[in-house]
Amino acid sequence: MIDFIKGTLIIAGSLFILLAAVGLLRLPDLLTRMHATTKAAALGVILVMLAAAMHFAEVGIVARSFAIIVFILMTAPVAAHVIGRAGYFVGSKLWSGTVKDELRPNYDPLTHELKSGLETQENAKRQPRETDPD
Amino acid sequence: MDTVILISQVIMSLALILTFVRVVRGPSLPDRVVALELFSTTVVGLVGVYAIKSDVASFLDAAIVIALMGFLAAMAFARFLERGGPRDD
Repeated sequence: MIDFIKGTLIIAGSLFILLAAVGLLRLPDLLTRMHATTKAAALGVILVMLAAAMHFAEVGIVARSFAIIVFILMTAPVAAHVIGRAGYFVGSKLWSGTVKDELRPNYDPLTHELKSGLETQENAKRQPRETDPD
Repeated sequence: MDTVILISQVIMSLALILTFVRVVRGPSLPDRVVALELFSTTVVGLVGVYAIKSDVASFLDAAIVIALMGFLAAMAFARFLERGGPRDD
């Protein structure tokens, strides 16, 4: 029974990793490729590590494989965020079918500044106003 | 169980090959960085499967180190890109 569960977890995990690789190869631009790799590959490694925890079934080793799972869950989003940010700043091309790019009207690539559209003299004083709620 | 492990190793090797195609082809440097990160994640999966196959739990420590190195490499590449270092891609 436990062999069956282990085998299912291993095969499912490796299939998810394969899915991430296929997505990396087939998707059109940087952000969609990252969308494929971070989530699918993290899930695949998590399934494989669950199988390893079930295989050894000792306290120290289960803790170790759960440490890997927690580590991947913490680092995968951070790495994806940092790479996506850097990729946008160096001007990697977006897919031609992109519907919305919310940064484009507000971000100035030359001065590296992000404007909110609320930069007025009044706001720059940072004083409370009459209309503010208490 | 050995058959299952063999199948999963073949599948993950296939994933490594597909990722390598993207490393070679990738039009820009960020694409290659993403592909290299997937490389390290796939290797963590391979090491985990090999730990199950060989019944040696110490391989999981190697998996932790590989995951850490992949994360640090991605951070370093991103810093390099944002600082605007010399690029030839």
